[in-house]
Amino acid sequence: MAGPTLLDIKGVQTFYGNIRALNGVDVTVNEGEIVALIGANGAGKSTLMMTIFGAPRARAGTITFAGTDITQMPTHEIARMRIAQSPEGRRIFPRMTVMENLQMGASLDNLKHYDEDVEKVFTLFPRLKERIAQRGGTLSGGEQQMLSIGRALMARPKLLLLDEPSLGLAPLIVKQIFDAIRELNRTQGLTVFLVEQNAFGALKLATRAYVMVNGNVTMSGTGKELLANPEVRAAYLEGGHH
Amino acid sequence: MAVTVTPERDVVATPIQRALREAFYAGAISLGLFVLFIGLKTDQNISNELILVQRWGLLAAVVILTAVGRFLYVGFAQPAMERAKAEKAQAPAAAVTAPGFLRRNFNKIGVAVLLVYPIVIVLLVGFQGSLKWVDNFGIQILIYVMLAWGLNIVIGLAGLLDLGYVAFYAVGAYAYALLGTHFGLSFWILLPAAGMMAAFWGVMLGFPVLRLRGDYLAIVTLAFGEIIRLVLINWREVTNGSAGISGIPKVTFFGLMSFNVSDPNYIAKVLGIAQSGAYYKIFLYYLILGLCFLTAFVTIRLRRLPVGRAWEALREDEIACRSLGINTTTTKLTAFATGAMFGGFAGSFFAARQGFVSPESFVFLESAIILAIVVLGGMGSLGGIAVAALVMIGGTEILRELDFLKAIFGPDFTPELYRMLLFGIAMVVVMLWKPRGFVGSREPTAFLKERRAVSGSFTKEGHG
Repeated sequence: MAGPTLLDIKGVQTFYGNIRALNGVDVTVNEGEIVALIGANGAGKSTLMMTIFGAPRARAGTITFAGTDITQMPTHEIARMRIAQSPEGRRIFPRMTVMENLQMGASLDNLKHYDEDVEKVFTLFPRLKERIAQRGGTLSGGEQQMLSIGRALMARPKLLLLDEPSLGLAPLIVKQIFDAIRELNRTQGLTVFLVEQNAFGALKLATRAYVMVNGNVTMSGTGKELLANPEVRAAYLEGGHH
Repeated sequence: MAVTVTPERDVVATPIQRALREAFYAGAISLGLFVLFIGLKTDQNISNELILVQRWGLLAAVVILTAVGRFLYVGFAQPAMERAKAEKAQAPAAAVTAPGFLRRNFNKIGVAVLLVYPIVIVLLVGFQGSLKWVDNFGIQILIYVMLAWGLNIVIGLAGLLDLGYVAFYAVGAYAYALLGTHFGLSFWILLPAAGMMAAFWGVMLGFPVLRLRGDYLAIVTLAFGEIIRLVLINWREVTNGSAGISGIPKVTFFGLMSFNVSDPNYIAKVLGIAQSGAYYKIFLYYLILGLCFLTAFVTIRLRRLPVGRAWEALREDEIACRSLGINTTTTKLTAFATGAMFGGFAGSFFAARQGFVSPESFVFLESAIILAIVVLGGMGSLGGIAVAALVMIGGTEILRELDFLKAIFGPDFTPELYRMLLFGIAMVVVMLWKPRGFVGSREPTAFLKERRAVSGSFTKEGHG
């Protein structure tokens, strides 16, 4: 089912000051895939996510999206390439209503497809519709995550980046959100690149996955392969969640 | 009733006993505090020697006042408040009353009052008597309303803490003063020009501070305000230094009629009515009112447009904004420029109204007052800000009218001198009572069916 390469990360190194957070990372995401990146705290997963968006900028290596080199582009122009992100910590606008948050997501589009897209988001997350006039900051954690993903979808992305969508959520909500991601991928062919600590859930969801340790990609394979891999099991799955 | 919250020994004490005890403590503390401040005063006698004046009567009055006040508060006010709270807690939650007529139509009533205000004043006290009320109260307050609404775009909407807003006011004022006196250009040409110039300086300020937020931004903008003021003082060849520029031309009635008695098209001659300075003041009143409405209209419209929404989003979360494809650089610069433009408009109006500008009008205190109005009114709320300007500026103007206080405090008493003290007290009280300003809730800009405002207190404050 994998199409041509959409996102190609080659030899990317990122530094915070003098501290190297990524040591030459290679990751590819093909059209129509769900790719997961798993790893422990501080492995550099979120850094890679942010580096794709140019903040912080990669000091070495290239990031190519749909054939265009985006390594040196400003963040907002990367977003205009139709890469959308549900960032770590959700980062919804707390004092703005759900509707205004969704409008912000559609700014790139100048609200052209707003009505149509907002209906799609509400079909995916009916909970948001009930909360439409409520301020973002008054939503529950799960609802905020749904809003964050919904806001990202409003930009009609070619690639959706999700940074720890399951963080701090109840298992039932996590399942709802993972189901929604799977649904988006299956029905709309949306390409998803997902960073997760919840390795079990992420590997079950993913077409392919990468394992990251201390700023290096140490393993890669299909979701099923990694789920069965004894090393992965020992490090990320045993004694973990099921 | 207060048993649960008071220490154990108070269980036996009735509120009155407790009040007596607390009153005694308060009196003792105030005696200790004020014995040197109020009881003794250093003065000079005729031969320039330092002498001590003893004021035991005044000290006794202050101490007794403190004790009585504490007694009344603990003995009566506190129990009453507890009772009210208990009653409120017992009342069913559904008893939230619909807002009253006044509150629902607050904006409409406000606009109507503003429109008829000079007419009513003229009818009440005649043209000559109206001067003070239209000028000192009407125009003065409206200038601050406009400035605060302009600053509200920068602070309330975009969340960029600007402590040097008065710089743009100064740019507008000097732009009109210089171009008007040297080139004789009309106010109607210079008003937009002054606005544009201020907007340009807004962008100039915006560039270096793009990466700053919060406290750091505040410090740089504060410095910017001072730089502009110091340039005005020291660039004598152009600005005439601290002596200022006088003889700034008056505004004309759209070029048709003038307000100078000597001109052939003086308004009273053209219309064949009696001469009076009041026409000009009333005209200026409506002019600044119009400018205020323009500011409000633009603010309200912008909030519903993508750029205004981007400002508000920027205030909440800059990183999220960028990842949604919003160019935060241009968004910030437009906020600075738009806010500065209205400051420039207000400045050129100020210059035309005063006929004289000097750097003294653009000190940091002005920025602080404008900022205080925005904060007290509730950032982002136009109605709240207008009320805050009315209270703050109108209140200090009223101090000048309180001559009867001289009868109580003696002929040396000048109430205006207590302006800043009252300003401070008012700020503390309002911030304790309503920490988000008079109007703390933010009106959403997008609706499904009906407007619903959720109180701002439920939500986290945007940082920065």
